[in-house]
Amino acid sequence: MADGKVIVVTSGKGGVGKTTSSAAIAAALAQGGDRVCAVDFDVGLRNLDLIMGAERRVVFDLVNVVRGEASITQALVRDKRVESLFLLPASQTRDKDALTEEGVGSVIRELRMSFDWIVCDSPAGIERGATLAMKFADEAIIVSNPEVSSVRDCDRIIGLLDAKTVQAESGKRMPKHLLITRFDAERAKKGEMLSVDDVVDILSIPLLGVVPESKEVLKASNVGMPVTLSSEGSAPAKAYAEATRRLRGEDLPVSLPSDRKGLFGKLFRGRAA
Amino acid sequence: MNIFSLLTRRTNTAVVAKDRLKILLAHERVSTGSNAELVNKLREDILAVVRKHLEIDPEAVKVEMDRNGDMTMLGIDIELPVDNKPAAEDEGKSASKAAGA
Ligand SMILES: Nc1ncnc2c1ncn2[C@@H]1O[C@H](COP(=O)(O)OP(=O)(O)OP(=O)(O)O)[C@@H](O)[C@H]1O
Ligand SMILES: [Mg+2]
Repeated sequence: MADGKVIVVTSGKGGVGKTTSSAAIAAALAQGGDRVCAVDFDVGLRNLDLIMGAERRVVFDLVNVVRGEASITQALVRDKRVESLFLLPASQTRDKDALTEEGVGSVIRELRMSFDWIVCDSPAGIERGATLAMKFADEAIIVSNPEVSSVRDCDRIIGLLDAKTVQAESGKRMPKHLLITRFDAERAKKGEMLSVDDVVDILSIPLLGVVPESKEVLKASNVGMPVTLSSEGSAPAKAYAEATRRLRGEDLPVSLPSDRKGLFGKLFRGRAA
Repeated sequence: MNIFSLLTRRTNTAVVAKDRLKILLAHERVSTGSNAELVNKLREDILAVVRKHLEIDPEAVKVEMDRNGDMTMLGIDIELPVDNKPAAEDEGKSASKAAGA
């Protein structure tokens, strides 16, 4: 078991669903038996621990590990429900420079050796935290809401992924996946909201999945469970489960969340770029 | 937007959103993108080369890079003055497009 894949979940804009998606996808990957580590890069504003229901078991964090105050093994928190799922929490320090590139690089290198997947939950913005979260990634999940400012910020992030990452610096192009979240099929149908097609067309990266706006997401966060675990049959859980299968490389058509009036099972094939 | 779409989709603000984004991003990909620096250097070098042979206005050289899926297009557009002898046979304008990885 070595050479895990590093996935960064990023968006530029805040509050679009990065942490929700990181938790859901990490859990879905681990449910298949793979060893998965979710890493919270949101130093100062950690939340992945809360969303994954691990907040009371955090002892050490990413900053402690980077500073050599704790080993990775000491800092990892194992999930209570899925035994191959782990969390490396962010620290609550207000020190902006707590993370160094070398430090993060060596943590990632070590994680690659014992996990199949390393899911990095990026903070919002394009500052240090966000650039470090993407720096060592093998692939990126770009989270967008069907809304102008979110799409614009994603475009900016795509530019950074192609310039400021280890892959870009070595002349490679990082594979990118578009995850549209908080999608409201009814409003999109009425022309009140950008459609899936619109967002794919503008950003021109392949579609990983479409997660509908759903009350289940808030409920899941209330109880501290990734939505893929808390309500497996719900629409967002299904969407995340499918997105995860695509991330694994399955060629699965993207099913659009249907609006309330029906149109169930309408299939949409993401236009790969 | 045509009359038909105005009549049938009075509330279609998504179309407006998409159009605005496309225009905005076309500019931002050039000006704020990682390629901004490279594009500037290319522009200066191209200008210097052309100026060895032709008298042109510095503003006449336009270089842009646009991303489209896995392809990046480098567009070079150089406007030549009409009275410039070596270029007189052209229609005063030459453009070339080259694709890179
Ligand atoms: N599909 C969805 N349906 C409804 N609510 C959602 C959905 N996805 C996310 N949310 C809600 O949106 C809010 C922000 O989500 P989340 O914390 O995952 O975003 P984020 O991108 O990580 O934010 P930040 O940039 O602050 O880190 C949360 O309250 C979450 O419950
Ligand atoms: Mg977050």
